[in-house]
Amino acid sequence: MGIITEIVLSFFEALNLIFSGDSFVIDIALRSIYISGFATILAMGFGIPIAMLISFREFFGKNIIKWIFNISLGFPTVTLGLMLFLLFSRSGPLGVFGILYTPTGIIIGQSILVTPIMVSFSVSALESVNPEIRNLAKTLGASDFQASIAALIEGAKGVSLAIVGSFNRAVSELGIALMIGGNIRGFTRVLTTTIALETRRGEITQSIAIAIVLLFTIAGVNVIMSLIKRLWLR
Amino acid sequence: MNIKSNHFVLIFIILGGLIGGYYIISSLVSQETTRTNLIISTTTSIYDTGLLDAIEIDFESKYSIDILFIPVGTGQAILHGQRGDSDLILVHAPIREFDFLIQDYGVARKVIAYNFFIIIGSKDDPAGVKGSDIKDALKHIVDSGRRGESIWISRGDDSGTHTREKSLWKEAGFDVTSLVNESWYLEAGAGMLSTLRLANEKTAYTLSDTGTFQKFSKGTQIELEILVDQTKELINVYSAIAVNPDLIEWVNFEGAIQFIEYLISEDTQDLIANFGGDIFQKKLFSSAVELLKSSSGEIESQWIKDIAFLDGSECPPQYRAEQNQLYD
Repeated sequence: MGIITEIVLSFFEALNLIFSGDSFVIDIALRSIYISGFATILAMGFGIPIAMLISFREFFGKNIIKWIFNISLGFPTVTLGLMLFLLFSRSGPLGVFGILYTPTGIIIGQSILVTPIMVSFSVSALESVNPEIRNLAKTLGASDFQASIAALIEGAKGVSLAIVGSFNRAVSELGIALMIGGNIRGFTRVLTTTIALETRRGEITQSIAIAIVLLFTIAGVNVIMSLIKRLWLR
Repeated sequence: MNIKSNHFVLIFIILGGLIGGYYIISSLVSQETTRTNLIISTTTSIYDTGLLDAIEIDFESKYSIDILFIPVGTGQAILHGQRGDSDLILVHAPIREFDFLIQDYGVARKVIAYNFFIIIGSKDDPAGVKGSDIKDALKHIVDSGRRGESIWISRGDDSGTHTREKSLWKEAGFDVTSLVNESWYLEAGAGMLSTLRLANEKTAYTLSDTGTFQKFSKGTQIELEILVDQTKELINVYSAIAVNPDLIEWVNFEGAIQFIEYLISEDTQDLIANFGGDIFQKKLFSSAVELLKSSSGEIESQWIKDIAFLDGSECPPQYRAEQNQLYD
């Protein structure tokens, strides 16, 4: 069977998996969105304030911090997965919380993984915001914090790219989901770990189908984000 | 400045923080309730056949315990056991299991099933190993490899199959640490199926388990066939071992023992023995419990005892953790 035929067949299999109401695939896709979505929101919670701090304030060592975030963009997911495994393991320092092999563990791991993307992309978006905006806001009587928010809104398009990029990285990574989640059926099994498992099992059509579901998922979330951009961030 | 977008961004950030924080805290709190999860680290060769999915569904319908199977290699499964990250391990590397028992990490070991490893090679068989015994077969492969006529592919991933491959080389009189430097000896560093795919591409020799090879050969055009099968050296024994609660106090020992009792029950043994019969020509696993109990002197029973027994027992009394009901 030629590779093209195989991919075309898998595409129809993927459509079949999605629209036949096969709860197995829908479940896994929803779990992926939920876990990586939470990870992204969590990373926004600490990534955007850090980015604002870096962009709007002058302090000693600022360039080194920027540099550290920039090189962490390429941090290998398996390495981070291994480090977190040793940390979360029952005999590790955070073992008492019992977060190894739970969705929470993956969420924490992925949020750490995508924080450099969130910070670096946001910083470059915020730094390109005209500094006059902050000054103008201040002369209109805004406090320093309010002025920063004004600048954040001005750079919101760039920041939304950071959010989308973070989600894409989180949902498509394998190392953390495998090592921290353990690929437990119905509990921590996400799209990428399913692809790895089905490939190992020799179910090539299945794994291509799920890969297509993963691409659909990423595309869907991206479409929603760009709709949000259009509606609110003109 | 756009008022709408102002609110939107702020609300999004605050909401994100709140939900994230709430979720983390609530999941930490819920961990303190009594745990009815049973975490089982298992070798991939048994998981990938789908047998454990069938077992999980059957077990969870009978007991109020949730099984969480973590499919990893035998090496990693043993590591999980040692670190207390799983309550029970399902593995197939007797020598490493003995260490696991002797180091007090494991208790209540039960042999639950077996099948055979097989030597796979191209139909042309350039090294001429077909039908010979395992030691001669390996010697022929080395000779022919050094002449540049054959290739051997090793799993190279510290799995149960790889562990057995290394001991087979040792028994045949070769030193694996020097073999890996020879150009005909390749390490795949991958699972069984990927290794078989690689062997098929390169028409190489390799060691496989029966189940994965059957799955691989079903429906695809392959250049490989079984050359050496069904000998004592190639018997592949699967065991369940509970993690010692005296050493690692947080494990779900009660659940682990219940699961072992379930595995050795007659119904489950039948389930294991009949699994895959409708899909494959040959059975994937043979049940071991009855075979080892009976004294009819079947040859496989003797082979299991030779390969997978420690001091003449599947689990010597000092490692049984007083679970003598398992060893009637």
